[in-house]
Amino acid sequence: MDTRVTKKKLGLKERYAAMTRGLAWDTTYQPMDKVFPFDRYEGIKIHDWEKWEDPFRLTMDAYWKYQGEKERKLYAVIEAFAQNNGQLGVADARYINALKIFIQAVTPLEYMAHRGFAHVGRHFTGAGARVAAQMQSVDELRHFQTETHAISHYNKYFNGMHNASHWYDRVWYLAVPKSFFEDAMSGGPFEFLTAVSFSFEYVLTNLLFVPFMSGAAHNGDMSTVTFGFSAQSDESRHMTLGIECIKFMLEQDPANVPIVQRWIDKWFWRGYRLLTIVAMMQDYMLPKRVMSWKEAWEMYAEENGGALFKDLARYGIRLPKGWEIACEGKDHISHQAWNAFYNFAAAAPFHTWVPTDEELNWLSEKYPDSFDQYYRPRLEFYRERQQAGHRYYSKTLPMLCTTCQIPMFFTEPGDPTKICYRETTHGGDKYHFCSDGCKHIFEQEPEKYVQSWLPVHQIYQGHCFKPGVDPTQPGFDPLAAVLDWYDLNVGRDNFDFEGSEDQRNFATWRGDAPQAGSAKKGGAA
Amino acid sequence: MNIDLQARQIKPLRQTFNRVAAYTGDKPASRYLEATLGVQPTANFHYRPTWEPEFEVYDTRRTAVKMADWYALRDPRQYYYATWTMARARQQESMEASYQFVESRGLIGKMSDAVRANACEMLMPLRHVAWGANMNNCTVCARGYGTAFTAPAMLHAMDQLGVAQHLTRLGLALDEPGVLEAGRNDWLQNPHWQPLRELVENTLVIQDPFEVFVAQNLALDGLLYPLIYGQYVDEHLAIQGGTAVAMLTAFMPEWHDESARWIDAVVKVAAAESGDNRGLISNWYATHVARAQAALVPVAKLALGDAGAEALCAVRETLDARARKAGLTL
Repeated sequence: MDTRVTKKKLGLKERYAAMTRGLAWDTTYQPMDKVFPFDRYEGIKIHDWEKWEDPFRLTMDAYWKYQGEKERKLYAVIEAFAQNNGQLGVADARYINALKIFIQAVTPLEYMAHRGFAHVGRHFTGAGARVAAQMQSVDELRHFQTETHAISHYNKYFNGMHNASHWYDRVWYLAVPKSFFEDAMSGGPFEFLTAVSFSFEYVLTNLLFVPFMSGAAHNGDMSTVTFGFSAQSDESRHMTLGIECIKFMLEQDPANVPIVQRWIDKWFWRGYRLLTIVAMMQDYMLPKRVMSWKEAWEMYAEENGGALFKDLARYGIRLPKGWEIACEGKDHISHQAWNAFYNFAAAAPFHTWVPTDEELNWLSEKYPDSFDQYYRPRLEFYRERQQAGHRYYSKTLPMLCTTCQIPMFFTEPGDPTKICYRETTHGGDKYHFCSDGCKHIFEQEPEKYVQSWLPVHQIYQGHCFKPGVDPTQPGFDPLAAVLDWYDLNVGRDNFDFEGSEDQRNFATWRGDAPQAGSAKKGGAA
Repeated sequence: MNIDLQARQIKPLRQTFNRVAAYTGDKPASRYLEATLGVQPTANFHYRPTWEPEFEVYDTRRTAVKMADWYALRDPRQYYYATWTMARARQQESMEASYQFVESRGLIGKMSDAVRANACEMLMPLRHVAWGANMNNCTVCARGYGTAFTAPAMLHAMDQLGVAQHLTRLGLALDEPGVLEAGRNDWLQNPHWQPLRELVENTLVIQDPFEVFVAQNLALDGLLYPLIYGQYVDEHLAIQGGTAVAMLTAFMPEWHDESARWIDAVVKVAAAESGDNRGLISNWYATHVARAQAALVPVAKLALGDAGAEALCAVRETLDARARKAGLTL
């Protein structure tokens, strides 16, 4: 059979095409429009799906091999961490609160991404795009599960993690990430990719990933940092999908440009608002600091993002709307957010504190233009009150922005002493916003955002109490009733770190000398 | 830092997450359970999908099957991503060993041209069938409810992509790259394949994710895999000197048997839930298996000649028995 000696071989690109898009065909017994009903209504015009460049070439055999090897190593570390009580190696038990935010607010988004990519992985007409999206769908399932397994051990020893899924559907601050992702998933497939793959994964992901994973490394959390390293190669695949999708849309038809620009404007601002929580975590919740939010913003957004948008200018794409305001915000948002959570610490399932003097000094140094002037005096005042036995927990409900659902604590551009309020009227009702960015997003799609499940509105409407609770009873405590509905362990999951069960247990387990507690001048209060 | 761990007993506050403890009580939980139970958001959704405003993002009403608890549909393989991908990596290793064996012994060269051509003619159109199955399992994951049901469906979708790629690699090993194009042309035009293509395309527009699951994973694949990899490859081809093909497709029957455990478990629990479910799923099975059998008649004939009809009846009988064992009424 010497004919086979001269057998023609496919090049890498052709071979990958045979393994993916070559499997697809145009249906004729059922109309293509019925098989792929969802990828035209957004107005994106695709003339030739064959022009889709595969962002990576990974067949299932190689995928299983790489991923299986990564999983084997990762789980060996997670296992060893649990066996050796690795949780005792973290710098300070305050660090655990960063993990609480991670499993409450970030891990559920991995799951949402898994389902969202399954949907678009079925519904793009182009087979190359489908395969890339499907691979991301299983990757995201991986991330949900590995994060869960990495944090599982912490959950056994610390509060604030055991009920994360339940809280995700209910707790006020978790409506911020939840609404963000449901906004993306409820859009069409092209908007979903612009939102998640491009704006989030490509433009902003370093701002999420680096603070959490470097934070874990600097604070002795080997379990989380190993997960981070292991996820890195998945993330780089996801980023290439994001940029490919944007370029593909822009190259297919000039009429796509304004639609894509509108989505970039929207999703940059949505993502930026969501990252407020990360900014706060980075500046306030890591006992061993990595870099400030401001430094991260300058490096990953201003430098890298700036270069990216210069590159996209040839397609007619400009910097996202609100970019300058976001850059100005780097001096403020982490401090404003921590202030809000410090005041609402009774109503959120993690602990807060006033930074130590050393930490306050670090913030002064990192934020020379804002911290001493606007934020340090307030924190020192809080500490003084707390040490005098007057720790104040706000029991009122804040007004929320209809779009991002963050309480209205952001300040006016150019004036950090004045809260920014915007409003608009739609269908006879008034809607409130934290910024021009969020107001603009609402006005583009009011019919979507009037549906928002706004936690504060829902509480006032009586939807957040357990059945049988009577709010008209004399002495009714609405916050207590809401926390009961949240299924939050009052006194264990919430309030200050100082005096918490986490603090006590960690000190006991480590055999540390009993702390002087709140009387200690300059200690974490 | 040096901690004397032996001396200090650290008592955990709890053993697992509440969403798991709700099922098992507070005791140490397996990784499968922590990866699966109670994971999907269930309440207080913000916006209706613009592509399907009649439903919530996750909505039990997308299927006619009613479950008091969708997390009853467990996977007996207890797959989560890590165990799935490591199992597939091991299988892949043995496939690589088979390729090496076949190549080092020149086994493909030892097949007759007729057998080789016949194998390509039969197996290359099946790349597209696996691709349809990939799409349908994506549908199950995207439209289904509850992680216990939807997560294994996504793994299954990727497995089907893997099957399509195994077949592609086989084609490239057996013949020139043009063999893929020939298979595709048969798939699109050859009358033998048109009933099956019509059936596959019809499954692509089924909206109910549980019906898709039954039509694809139980009815169609339940007939196709035993017919092709059992009767045709392992019996018919092997006797004619096509053992190399059996070796290079060994993943498929092995995977089919393994994943059948999951499929049957899902059907069994859902059918046992209520008389309505049992009736519904039994009807779906009856409808789709009859269609699949009809569509496979010319395929079986192409594969096995006159013996095809009988072989197809035999796999149908076996599948009916499997369905009955899973609690369906036929």
